[in-house]
Amino acid sequence: MIEIIFTTTDGSQTKVSADGGTLMEAAKNNNISGIDGDCGGVCSCATCHIYIDESNADNVNPATDMEKDMLEFDELTTPESRLSCQIPITDKMNGLKVKIARS
Amino acid sequence: MGFGKFKDSFAESRKATGLSYMNDQNDPVIMVLGHRDVRKCAFDWKNFQSGAAPGRIVIPSEVNIRDIRQIPFEVDPPEHTSYRSLLEAWFKRPLALDYEQRLGVLVEEMLSEILSKDSFDVITEFSLPLQSKALTLLLNTPMSESETWISWGTHVFRSDETALDSNKASVLFDYLDQQINEAEKNPKEDLYTALLNSKVEGRNLTKEEIKGIMILTFAGGRDTIINTVTNTFAYFAENHDKLHFLAENPSMISFAVEELIRYFSPLTQMGRVATADTEVCGHAVKNDSRISLCWASANRDDKVFEKPNTVQLDRKNNPHVSFGFGHHKCLGATHTRQLMKVLLHKMASKNLKINILDAKEKIEALGDNQRKVGFESLQVSINIK
Repeated sequence: MIEIIFTTTDGSQTKVSADGGTLMEAAKNNNISGIDGDCGGVCSCATCHIYIDESNADNVNPATDMEKDMLEFDELTTPESRLSCQIPITDKMNGLKVKIARS
Repeated sequence: MGFGKFKDSFAESRKATGLSYMNDQNDPVIMVLGHRDVRKCAFDWKNFQSGAAPGRIVIPSEVNIRDIRQIPFEVDPPEHTSYRSLLEAWFKRPLALDYEQRLGVLVEEMLSEILSKDSFDVITEFSLPLQSKALTLLLNTPMSESETWISWGTHVFRSDETALDSNKASVLFDYLDQQINEAEKNPKEDLYTALLNSKVEGRNLTKEEIKGIMILTFAGGRDTIINTVTNTFAYFAENHDKLHFLAENPSMISFAVEELIRYFSPLTQMGRVATADTEVCGHAVKNDSRISLCWASANRDDKVFEKPNTVQLDRKNNPHVSFGFGHHKCLGATHTRQLMKVLLHKMASKNLKINILDAKEKIEALGDNQRKVGFESLQVSINIK
């Protein structure tokens, strides 16, 4: 099992265990506030916006142009922004810290 | 044949200038067509507002038939955020297992009913009653209320005689006044009561605000859901192998729902009003004039979608904007997605064979373009293959 640490906008942290799937699914399965994933992961709704800091960037897959496009005009978007539905969980991600963008 | 096909009406204009133009009751609209431009304008609420005169961002404009503001749809941030937060939890109820199960029972009953008929009109005998009965789950009101709503027809502000019908609108408004007053006297577990007990910015919602929320709930999810369900029947009538594919691959149903909703784009566009002289796609937009975010065009943009005019039920990357985009993304999307998931599961597991006997397409006139959005009538026979 891979451990992921989610931090919501109010600063509270939740450690969750996941075995495969995406970061969005792991968050939803553990009722992490601020991750809706309305579209089920097809990159349509942009309701699973997260931040992954630079030090961890090498441990996750790079964003596709489509994912970057969907985040492009959001006022909360930073260089660390990702859509969690587009990030499959891998062994390299054990202990990964993820910040949620929206409350 | 061809009833299951929904063509892209905007390809030429989208490629040429990215814009199209239409008049609407002497309040012209510049239609924004490209996926990127639509997304950009959807986020730019400071230059392109939703909080204009009530009814003005809707196309056709409803300014002449209502002065009540639909909430949170016709409000901009930061007020929008407060209203939206208040409503989110209620409109996520469709994710609960018991809600899904109740939808399942409803769809099963309605499919059994149409299977007992030699032929039937999909809109009046299935889509409209299904939409109305499913809405009782969203509002948590008795199923019997749907009989009244069914009697109003497919659109709450339109009738067969006229595109905008103020008499029909007042039927809805009077009904809502009655329901809100009734909930105040006799609180229940329904949405009216929940809203009466809700606070925004530390104060109770006014009855006017509650009515504005309820009008949105009734109007926004009516013809859109009816078109989506009806178009689904037309599509599978001509693509029976695709229903078989879903029966064999039920894990693809979530993707199929998104793809059909992309392909049908049941809401063609939504307007915004410019708050200053600005521009879009290099074209000047004057202060207080209208643009529209054309979801239907953006959903066929070949810069974003591979084979945009082909239905690929297993399309994994599908950044469609059928439910809008940004702050105002559709509040009823969760309910609609659940309803469609349940419907596709049932249709596929029964392996329905649908035959179209007669059809009249519903065509929207949009300036130089015309777009098929659904059907006026769709007569079919149906059996289990």
